[in-house]
Amino acid sequence: MSGTFVGMPKFPVAAHEALGNAQLRHNLAHATGTIRAKRTHVVDEVTASIDGTSGWEDLRMAGAGVKEAALLDLDTQLVRLEQTLTANGATVHWARDAAEACRIVAAIVKAHGADEVVKVKSMLTQEINLNEALAAEGIAAWETDLAELIVQLGDDLPSHILVPAIHRNRAEIREIFLRAMKEVGRPAPDGLTDEPALLAAAAREHLREKFLRAKVGISGANFAVAETGTLVVVESEGNGRMCLTLPEVLVSVVGIEKVVSRWEDLDPLLRLLPRSSTGERMNPYTSMWSGATPGDGPKEVHVVLLDNGRTRALADSVGRQALRCIRCSACLNVCPVYERTGGHAYGSVYPGPIGAILNPLLKGVGRPGPEGEQVDSLPYASSLCGACFEACPVRIDIPSVLVDLRAQVVDAHRGGVPTAEAVAFKAAAVTLADARKLSFGERFTRVGLGIARRLGVSAWTGARDLPPAPEESFRAWWKRTDGGRQEQQR
Amino acid sequence: MRVALMVTCINDALYPRTGRAVVTLLRRLGVDVEFPRAQTCCAQPMVNTGYLDEAVPVVRNFVAAFEGYDAVVAPSGSCAGSARHQHGLVARRSGDAGLARAVGELSPKVYELSEFLVDVLGVTDVGAYYPHTVTYHPTCHSLRMLGVGDRPRQLLESVRGLTLVDLPAAEQCCGFGGTFAVKNADTSVAMGTDKVRHVCETGAEVLVAGDNSCLTHLGGLITRQRAGVRTVHLAEILASTEGSLA
Repeated sequence: MSGTFVGMPKFPVAAHEALGNAQLRHNLAHATGTIRAKRTHVVDEVTASIDGTSGWEDLRMAGAGVKEAALLDLDTQLVRLEQTLTANGATVHWARDAAEACRIVAAIVKAHGADEVVKVKSMLTQEINLNEALAAEGIAAWETDLAELIVQLGDDLPSHILVPAIHRNRAEIREIFLRAMKEVGRPAPDGLTDEPALLAAAAREHLREKFLRAKVGISGANFAVAETGTLVVVESEGNGRMCLTLPEVLVSVVGIEKVVSRWEDLDPLLRLLPRSSTGERMNPYTSMWSGATPGDGPKEVHVVLLDNGRTRALADSVGRQALRCIRCSACLNVCPVYERTGGHAYGSVYPGPIGAILNPLLKGVGRPGPEGEQVDSLPYASSLCGACFEACPVRIDIPSVLVDLRAQVVDAHRGGVPTAEAVAFKAAAVTLADARKLSFGERFTRVGLGIARRLGVSAWTGARDLPPAPEESFRAWWKRTDGGRQEQQR
Repeated sequence: MRVALMVTCINDALYPRTGRAVVTLLRRLGVDVEFPRAQTCCAQPMVNTGYLDEAVPVVRNFVAAFEGYDAVVAPSGSCAGSARHQHGLVARRSGDAGLARAVGELSPKVYELSEFLVDVLGVTDVGAYYPHTVTYHPTCHSLRMLGVGDRPRQLLESVRGLTLVDLPAAEQCCGFGGTFAVKNADTSVAMGTDKVRHVCETGAEVLVAGDNSCLTHLGGLITRQRAGVRTVHLAEILASTEGSLA
């Protein structure tokens, strides 16, 4: 019932709209501010040393290291994962793209005669629009994570990786529950207030009947251990544990970049993730399962290993580090752009700084048409302030990847009819390459005005004054006064 | 030690007083700073907008202008950051091994002003006098790309007459971001407006920062809003003495 991001406008257009939404701005500033403070607290605590040996920087290095090692050896690790999963009684499927993955999942659900599934919160199934694909096959997919439920019941789109309903406040959530719960199951209780505990209780009652009824559960995975054939889901609410243990059939759709080599590799990652995402030392529920276990949990376990652009990203020598991402969303919470525009402006289930690099890396830049333009606008949706890199638990140098992707966007359009911007930068390159031809002040002003005119001067002057021009440039002053040695009043 | 001033293109054209302040300050500290006339721009606008080919001749010119100096001082964290952390990228793009080698030698010698004062000259009290209440905005590239840490604060705290007040949410970006300021003008202005609000909350008379690019953005918002705060570059405060205030 919730929509998709198909047809979203370019970032500046979408941001313009979002920035005008005062409620959104208020909700986001409050929510990101709160999470930032929590994260800082639990990260500083590690810096102060948790066990006398490992500070936060060491932990970041370790986390980045295990992810990087697995990515550099991805072909081997994936085959090993398939072998161990199969030996553990799971059925492994390989999917090249979203359509293939959705077909595989729908076929499994239909083979069991089910017309509904319960879902663990999963970014990947949103990336591939699995709910919509299942709906087209007559299968209802129920989101069971509280925030995902809010988004689904509100016929809305997620705007944050960890807290997809971050753009909603509790009064709005109450209204959504009262309006929509009765249409798809147990209604919200009479007299529901916007008290968080009561809202959570209403969701629990609503979801309980779905958990107990569903024959098929769908999940993603935070990590997949090749050595042991184990999938890991990290969560806070326990809804994931329900979905992973109650239904007879479990289908997990897993991006190929989620694989790590050894069981011990989980150590730094499971310490980094909760601190970076919810600002907790440890998340309440960590579920790990290795295939099917007779008499315990699902009888039938499927794992769909999905590419959907990941090998494209892996081939990008600068951008491949984005595949280290563990979807903690720390970069969103510290991003000054995200804090003001919210997630919808990025036109993807992956918003914020990581979305600004991940979407172009997965989809490719320089594609024609409105969708291509939307993707090409994302690397520019950043002031390059670097707060994201500082916060990233697996040390993804997002600013450097953004700059590299900008070059890829520009390069992809070379050879065609040059844009006004390209003309301006070419002219700037010629004049800034040599200080001799003209007096520099004049030339800089000309270059600056040339770029400004082509980008639109009003974009600057709409809300900002331009500084007054000085009487003479520094260069002219230096020449006139011999660097101030013959200083006199003009 | 031969020291060159990399005045930066924005200071050359729009803020010559900042360049003059660096000259005054360094001479007072006994450094006979030179101004290589061949310099133009650090190429950051090209690099950060994605025009790497266009950045190559500009970086080539930068190297030609500053090669041979023991230290290059810039009153800008952003431009110094560009020279230290992006010129290598541009040189690799050029495929010119000679340029890459020259950049490799020159880049580590480029200092942002507060780094040069504290790390190279070893001073924090530069003998300045500035009788005003001041709040300091740490610009992103000086903070996160260069890691200048509390050097600017140490310098400001040693200025006689100066009262330094803390800026709330100081480490959050002001929203300038180079061409971001015009490509995403709405977001840039939203970020800047929040920054200006925080500046006003401090009650400071003067907003100081180490980058005139950020101060152009913030100053442009402040004067448009008639917010009543002055923007002044760090160098100008450090150059101020009794009888010659910035």
